[in-house]
Amino acid sequence: MNMAPQLSWYLALSAVLFTIGVVGVLIKRNVISMFMCIELMLNAVNLTFVAFSSFFHDVSGQLFVFIVMTVAAAEAAVGLGIIIAIFRNRESLDVDDSSVMKL
Amino acid sequence: MAIGCAISMVAQRNPLYSAISLIGVFISLACLYVTLSAPFIAAVQVIVYAGAIMVLVVFVIMLLNIDQAECQPRRLRSLVPIAVGLAAVLFAEAAFMIFFVQASAATPAHTVSDVGLTSSIGTGLFTSYLLPFEITSILLLMAIVGAMSLARRGGLIPPQAQGGETGTSNPE
Amino acid sequence: MAGILVAFTVVMTMVAYTVLAERRVPGFIQGRLGPNRVGYGGFLQPFADLLKFILKEDIVPDKSTRFVYFLAPVIATTAALMTIVVYPFGPEIHLPVLGTIHLVIARFDVALLYVLGVTSVGVYGIALAGWSSNNKYSLMGGLRSSAQMISYELALGLALIGVILQSGTLDLNSIVEQQAGHLGITGWNLIWVQPLGFLIYLIAAIAETNRVPFDLPEAETELVAGFHTEYSAMKFALFFLAEYVNMFTVSMLATTLFLGGWNGPFVHELPWLGVFYFFGKVILFLFLYIWLRGTLPRFRFDQLMSFGWKFLVPLAIINIVLTATLQWSPLFDYVSRFLKTSVGWGG
Repeated sequence: MNMAPQLSWYLALSAVLFTIGVVGVLIKRNVISMFMCIELMLNAVNLTFVAFSSFFHDVSGQLFVFIVMTVAAAEAAVGLGIIIAIFRNRESLDVDDSSVMKL
Repeated sequence: MAIGCAISMVAQRNPLYSAISLIGVFISLACLYVTLSAPFIAAVQVIVYAGAIMVLVVFVIMLLNIDQAECQPRRLRSLVPIAVGLAAVLFAEAAFMIFFVQASAATPAHTVSDVGLTSSIGTGLFTSYLLPFEITSILLLMAIVGAMSLARRGGLIPPQAQGGETGTSNPE
Repeated sequence: MAGILVAFTVVMTMVAYTVLAERRVPGFIQGRLGPNRVGYGGFLQPFADLLKFILKEDIVPDKSTRFVYFLAPVIATTAALMTIVVYPFGPEIHLPVLGTIHLVIARFDVALLYVLGVTSVGVYGIALAGWSSNNKYSLMGGLRSSAQMISYELALGLALIGVILQSGTLDLNSIVEQQAGHLGITGWNLIWVQPLGFLIYLIAAIAETNRVPFDLPEAETELVAGFHTEYSAMKFALFFLAEYVNMFTVSMLATTLFLGGWNGPFVHELPWLGVFYFFGKVILFLFLYIWLRGTLPRFRFDQLMSFGWKFLVPLAIINIVLTATLQWSPLFDYVSRFLKTSVGWGG
């Protein structure tokens, strides 16, 4: 293809990735797989931000991406800690087993 | 390629393969960021996401020794058609956007932008976006404290502190 | 494209001879001779080793996950080799026929961050290798090694921030050009500018590449052979290669950032000298690595981790704070004027 990538292509790619992430979160039973699908959704949003920032020559898009990445890293650390703590208690990584809040 | 890796991630049963596919997604996104003239974000994506977060995930997978996921869910099968329906709606939306929305006058062409340079990000981060920057530091501090408290074997509050709190509440 | 081929060949040859040196130099330190039968003084030994690796039987453990087992050495080697793309081997060379040649393969703005990123990806090779061998010693070795690598990556990055603060750019070419002192020697970042940063970087780099005294994960006496126990022949050769290329790239980064890259006496009159200076400095570092291997005992794993987190990281942060305050205060004007006139640092 000899035309430069349009903005709508990047947005479409981001939407598709986000959709795949949503499907993954709904389908998967393993809690770590669900976590990874959530990270995929975050990345799809990052892609949208960077695409807009590049096309409109505005740096605030990339700054926001930077902050989103930081937040995602913090959330990953704490989330994985929680997952390990749950696993210590319940001996199973199935989300359905953890769906009752009683220990 | 990003889509291929994403689909493979969702479709794989073994969570380690899902993790590897997700690393593929991150790296392909990093390449896309470079074509969007955002080299700093691309490098940070590789360092933070693909390099650190996924290493944590791979560690957890290895520590907890997860093998193949169990077979079809027993109780929540009703969720699968909902997922498929939702996916169909979102795909329809994306298709609508690609094919039917004409490029309006406000949509710019893609020229090589110069906002992705590290110096401009640094300038923006320290002048007009200083408050989010500081709040992010506090957030990271909270995350560190949270992770450390989760990892302690004895729990966050040591047991002897709970004995003296029962009879001291005065209703006012 | 030709640049990539040339650089690849040069790196591979140097790595091969590093392997040889690795066996002869500890020999001299320990009072014995290393391999000296093949060729004169052992110069053809690397080729003999290569032949042996190719012809050995390729064993695949029965219960390992095949895809990951094959993927892990590929990731390790690819990540190790991808970093050589950004290093400037020398100044620009004007040839009468071919025009100006820039002795660097790719030149982009965030080169230093790219190097950090690619070394982060190299951790995967080891972690996945440990997991996929289906052997508890390999798994332990792999996990320990990955934990060590990511801990010291932090100290590595923080030590480099001091250099970035002083140079004001992430581009490796500019950092090298700024270190051109009077005779090309005195402007190096090492002595006047970042002595503490250099020390921290060196220690963190040795830990990153899993070398003595930090080589517990692959020590022969501790965990059989650590994460690459179950690998044989070509795949083991790839891991081996990845480790030495890692050593090489880390040495190249040290010379570029701290020792002045291709700077040296009379470089601007005779640009080819730059390449020799660069490789000479890299060989100095490799020799340092091998020397340390023959001399120091190894750390226990908990000592290693506590050293990394409790000592190196705070030290690196202190280094950054010191550098930043020194740059900000009026003292810096005096210091930088002194450096410019007497030493020539600052381009």
